[in-house]
Amino acid sequence: MPTFSDLLRSRYEETPEKVSVTMLHAGQPERPITYRDLIHGASGYVQTYAQNGIQPGDVVLLILQHGMELLYAYYGAVLYGAIPSIMPFLTEKLLPDRYRADLAALVSVTQPKAIVTYREFEGEVGTPLKPGVDSVRAVIVSDQTEGPTPPYFGSFGGFCRKPEDIVLLQHSSGTTGLQKGVALSHQAVINQLNNYGKAIHLTDADVFVSWLPLYHDMGLIACWLMPILMGYPLILMSPFDWIRAPHRLLQAVSKYKGTLSWLPNFAYNFCTQKIRDRDLEGVDLSTWRAISNCSEPMRWNSQQAFYERFRNLGLHSEALTTCYAMAENVFAVTQGGIDTPVVYEDIDRDILQTKKIAQVAHSGQIAVRMLGAGRPILNTRVLILDMKGHPLADRHVGEVAVQSDCMLTGYYHRPDVTERSFVDGWYLTGDLGYIVDGELYITGRKKDLIIVGGKNIYPQDLELLAYEVPGVHAGRASAFGVFNEVTGTEDVVMVAEVEVNDPVERRKIADGIRATVTRGSVVALRYVHLVSPPWLIKTSSGKTARSANREKFLKEMHMKGLMF
Amino acid sequence: MTDEITTTLANYIAAEILKQPTHLIDPDEAILSSGLIDSFHLVDLGMFVEDKFGVRIDDSELNASTFDTLNQLVAHIRSRK
Repeated sequence: MPTFSDLLRSRYEETPEKVSVTMLHAGQPERPITYRDLIHGASGYVQTYAQNGIQPGDVVLLILQHGMELLYAYYGAVLYGAIPSIMPFLTEKLLPDRYRADLAALVSVTQPKAIVTYREFEGEVGTPLKPGVDSVRAVIVSDQTEGPTPPYFGSFGGFCRKPEDIVLLQHSSGTTGLQKGVALSHQAVINQLNNYGKAIHLTDADVFVSWLPLYHDMGLIACWLMPILMGYPLILMSPFDWIRAPHRLLQAVSKYKGTLSWLPNFAYNFCTQKIRDRDLEGVDLSTWRAISNCSEPMRWNSQQAFYERFRNLGLHSEALTTCYAMAENVFAVTQGGIDTPVVYEDIDRDILQTKKIAQVAHSGQIAVRMLGAGRPILNTRVLILDMKGHPLADRHVGEVAVQSDCMLTGYYHRPDVTERSFVDGWYLTGDLGYIVDGELYITGRKKDLIIVGGKNIYPQDLELLAYEVPGVHAGRASAFGVFNEVTGTEDVVMVAEVEVNDPVERRKIADGIRATVTRGSVVALRYVHLVSPPWLIKTSSGKTARSANREKFLKEMHMKGLMF
Repeated sequence: MTDEITTTLANYIAAEILKQPTHLIDPDEAILSSGLIDSFHLVDLGMFVEDKFGVRIDDSELNASTFDTLNQLVAHIRSRK
């Protein structure tokens, strides 16, 4: 079993001139990076890490945007034998104080030994660090690192790492997510790349095109590690550029004859609605063979609208594929639409909700269209379990459990959370779904996670922010997601109990909640619903019962004739 | 200074982006760096400005360093007209 360093060395020695990554930045010429460039750049970072007293096995936190620095810093950490983790970059709207608080939360659990960032960011990341108390020994500024240099593989610590050693960490957002780093071994990641590569039938003609963020499994595994380690060209643009100009993705597919992309569901709606025809002149999408819908609930409507909008550019309907993935399994669990077209079925909504059984709807009944997530990839098994952990028959809805040869080593420094996540060697995903003849369908979630644009958001983080607003007391707010058909993702809703009745005061509180949550988290709060106590439903242990509050909210909105 | 362009933009943002038609936006209030308009809606704002005022905002200009308030956006539109 090779390690990451072995794979990088093979690429460097066998195909040094081959372009590995083509970086696209808005307003700048494209930047092709060969394997030679990549390994030389990374080797400069190996020296830098050594000079800063970092040891193999130490965690190195990277706070860098898409670009060469990130590429070199990341693979330099790998070759050095350190454990890289990419932290989301500070956005315009996020308050610097909140960012520092998030960073402090991560540092306290993950205990990184170094942080790599830009000079203008040095102050931001240095502030929360407490000399002598926390783990961080060095804040490495990217313009003070060693330049590209030929590698001395024999001296690189990365070659002493064993396949079972941890190679990288992945975090999701917010205080809660940042304190739960998913630790993955070389072996787990490489098994996933092999299993998944077979599932999507990778060939020498494949070209990956991505705008995805790299602190998330879909971007990091499918569109960063897989192409680079396995030797496929990657066309990479930044999410900041894509969200302002979604047509760049389609133009890149056309220009570079892209074949593979992964998108969260909202991106299908986004591209369909927000691209002008003039930006598509001459664009040819006929090479695009698999666009996998992944990382948030998948909708047939979203994929269909995307197909209808772009079919005149050569987009094939078979290119619309599906994937069910999670960081804890490195990435993919199932893949649909590769060997056979993606399947869907119309399910009787009432029976699904009341009996938890997915029964095909007869004509005239209210139906919900379910899009198949595909079948388990190689060396991966999926079970549907009831509340007691017993396997359920086909078409019965229960919790999705996964077993594979590419599971996480554990949540980093969190053995308690790791232990709770497994039962008899099965990882409990917290997602709800059912199986029909081996095809997996995801119906919802057991845990109160909100997924916005593919980002996992923990509602408790948003509620804590709401409690900071004067007039809102601790324990008196509930956050949840509500699917929005137009955008193809969830809207974040906050219900808060307040005691004042004055409309002006109430409005001030509502605006305060909206602004505090929006500036304190990675999402924008879409809707604030103020209520008078007692409104919120609590669990027997006194915690907010979010799904019950969500139901109550939807019912109220429905009665008022408001659509949610 | 409040004029027709400012009012048109403020009404559009309140009704279509915030989905709160009665929400008042101060012409000097930060609308991008405050997260009032999040990144999901930047393209919408750009398309609206182009359709309504015939001024094209390049995607590289859709950020708080080009304009962060309604007044700055209006000045940007006027300079291109």
